[in-house]
Amino acid sequence: MDLFEYQGKQYFSRYGIAVSPGDVADTVEEAIAVAERIGYPVVVKAQVKVGGRGKAGGVKLADNIDEVRLHAGNILGLDIKGHIVRRIWIERSSDISKEYYASFTLDRPNKTHLGMLSAQGGVEIEVVAEENPDAIAFLSIDPVRGLDIETSRRWVAEANLDEVAREQAAQILVKLYECYTQGDCDLAEINPLILTPDNKVHALDAKVTLDENASYRHPEWEEYRATETEDPREKMAKEKGLNYIGLDGDVGIIANGAGLAMSTLDVVNQVGGSAANFLDIGGGANADVMASALEVINSDPKVKVIFVNIFGGITRVDDVANGVLEALKRVKIDAPIVLRLDGTNAVEGRSILAPHLNSKLVMEPTMLDAARSAVAFTK
Amino acid sequence: MSIFVDENTKVIVQGITGGQGRFHGLRNRDYGTKIVGGVTPGKGGTDVDGIPVFNTVKEAVAATGATASFVSVPPKFAAAAILEAAEGGITFIVCITEGIPAHDEAVTYNRLVEEYPGVRLLGPNCPGIISPGKCNIGITSGDIALPGGPVGIVSRSGTLTYQALHELSQQGIGQTTCVGIGGDPVPGTNFIDCLAAFEADPETKAVMMIGEIGGSEEERAAEWIKANMTKPVVSYIAGVTAPAGKKMGHAGAIISGSKGTAQAKMDALREAGVFVCANPTEAGQKMVEIVRAM
Repeated sequence: MDLFEYQGKQYFSRYGIAVSPGDVADTVEEAIAVAERIGYPVVVKAQVKVGGRGKAGGVKLADNIDEVRLHAGNILGLDIKGHIVRRIWIERSSDISKEYYASFTLDRPNKTHLGMLSAQGGVEIEVVAEENPDAIAFLSIDPVRGLDIETSRRWVAEANLDEVAREQAAQILVKLYECYTQGDCDLAEINPLILTPDNKVHALDAKVTLDENASYRHPEWEEYRATETEDPREKMAKEKGLNYIGLDGDVGIIANGAGLAMSTLDVVNQVGGSAANFLDIGGGANADVMASALEVINSDPKVKVIFVNIFGGITRVDDVANGVLEALKRVKIDAPIVLRLDGTNAVEGRSILAPHLNSKLVMEPTMLDAARSAVAFTK
Repeated sequence: MSIFVDENTKVIVQGITGGQGRFHGLRNRDYGTKIVGGVTPGKGGTDVDGIPVFNTVKEAVAATGATASFVSVPPKFAAAAILEAAEGGITFIVCITEGIPAHDEAVTYNRLVEEYPGVRLLGPNCPGIISPGKCNIGITSGDIALPGGPVGIVSRSGTLTYQALHELSQQGIGQTTCVGIGGDPVPGTNFIDCLAAFEADPETKAVMMIGEIGGSEEERAAEWIKANMTKPVVSYIAGVTAPAGKKMGHAGAIISGSKGTAQAKMDALREAGVFVCANPTEAGQKMVEIVRAM
């Protein structure tokens, strides 16, 4: 789960990482109240989970109440690459003498944590990595041992941060690592981490991705979840315990297992079609789960055909077959359904559906045949 | 021969009194796996359908001589269960648990490497391992596998593993061992571990490798294959059409920026001399062709 900048900054604050004083606003009036409280000049920043908001006019400096009114009014409702701005963050403007970059993430190949630190912050780290890889100081951290202050001090020196910034930066990095590990982040990134003319170091931006597998030990994440998923179908699927991602095509997909679901998307594409979604009903899916999945797909007006691709393992194909019949009773499904059923109890499952097959409920023997048959319905 | 487990492997089930542990543990026993005991703290002295239950792994190992463990406990307790198995003397741990926090996995993996270097962890979030006709630990249906070899299978995905077994078994091509390494960010066993074991196993003549988007394990495997593998490898990578930035079900299956794409993985594998196929069926057919020509 990606956090908005303001949520990331609030998350950083929990771990003692200094950020600019500020607050969120959903209306122009709230924005003015925040600005008046924290003092001018302020920066008005669009809260969207997409890069390039500065170029899109989503970040503006305001010196007085009139400018806050103007900019807040313009930014709220702004469309930034398809993301409508519903909330803005107002913070005290900072003078900047230097911009650094700092982040922690998992180093998957080495199965350790990876710290990245650079004296060249403020720009995309991918660009720095490409054009000037020596400008990034990489630090491999053993998850068992963690990051201590001595290592952190050596690291800021190695990264060539300005002398006056080093001790403060070293302390911030240790806190950022705590935030990353204890806070169960997949990514904790500060870009830029700034040095001000009066020699103070603090985080000017916050990019945090949380590991949802750890949500059971973070009740405080509930508020982040409330502002999450925009897509109503993704929300509906989540409530039903389904793993759904909306896509642009017209073939609705239901499969069991993430790998098979991905593979189903690929096969549909190979035979000239395009998937409307990714939907994994998971292992051990029963009739009720199957019915819910069909309901979610059915609510998508783009869908011209539904391709159900099941390989029973823990999931029993007879349960899936009953689920299809149950869903057909429960909701009116306009799109034709193409089924491919294999694996545990496939024979039983196929015979349950056999008497119900017709031109809009079709069964195919293999995944490829089923993909071709489904795509034919969209032409 | 088979890799990692065989007909003599003695297995305990951690979490045997839970719904999943009981169901799969008994299914594995029915398949012929030597399930010699179970572990559930506080339930020592009882039994599950004749399988003795112990309070700790240490007690279970002392009483049964087990060397492998099947960990089927909720995410909250999985990391501790894995470490308890290692400490208790188990050398091969299969963990099917889905939803373990990535930081727990990273700590657990590194503790195993540092404190218990002789221990192999398979998973977490994997379907397990089956050496057809000999041993089945995990959730794979035994009836879709065919004993006798000569193909070894290694896969990151559960259902695609079944699909791969099915494609081969239907054509009468057997398997030596089929290993599901799981779709999480920090797998205990990776592609290279399995490829190396298959390369060393005289009965395995060819290997099917099923990958998916995310991470760079397939690219690393490609390098290893190029340098070390003498046996033919057929591969399929899922997620060619997956959009960037979306986790495709598995915690590890995500394209971030230009990293982890299916295309990059397929290119690397092709460059290493691997037969890369567009879908599981094509991969199955290619393997059948290779085996029949042997």
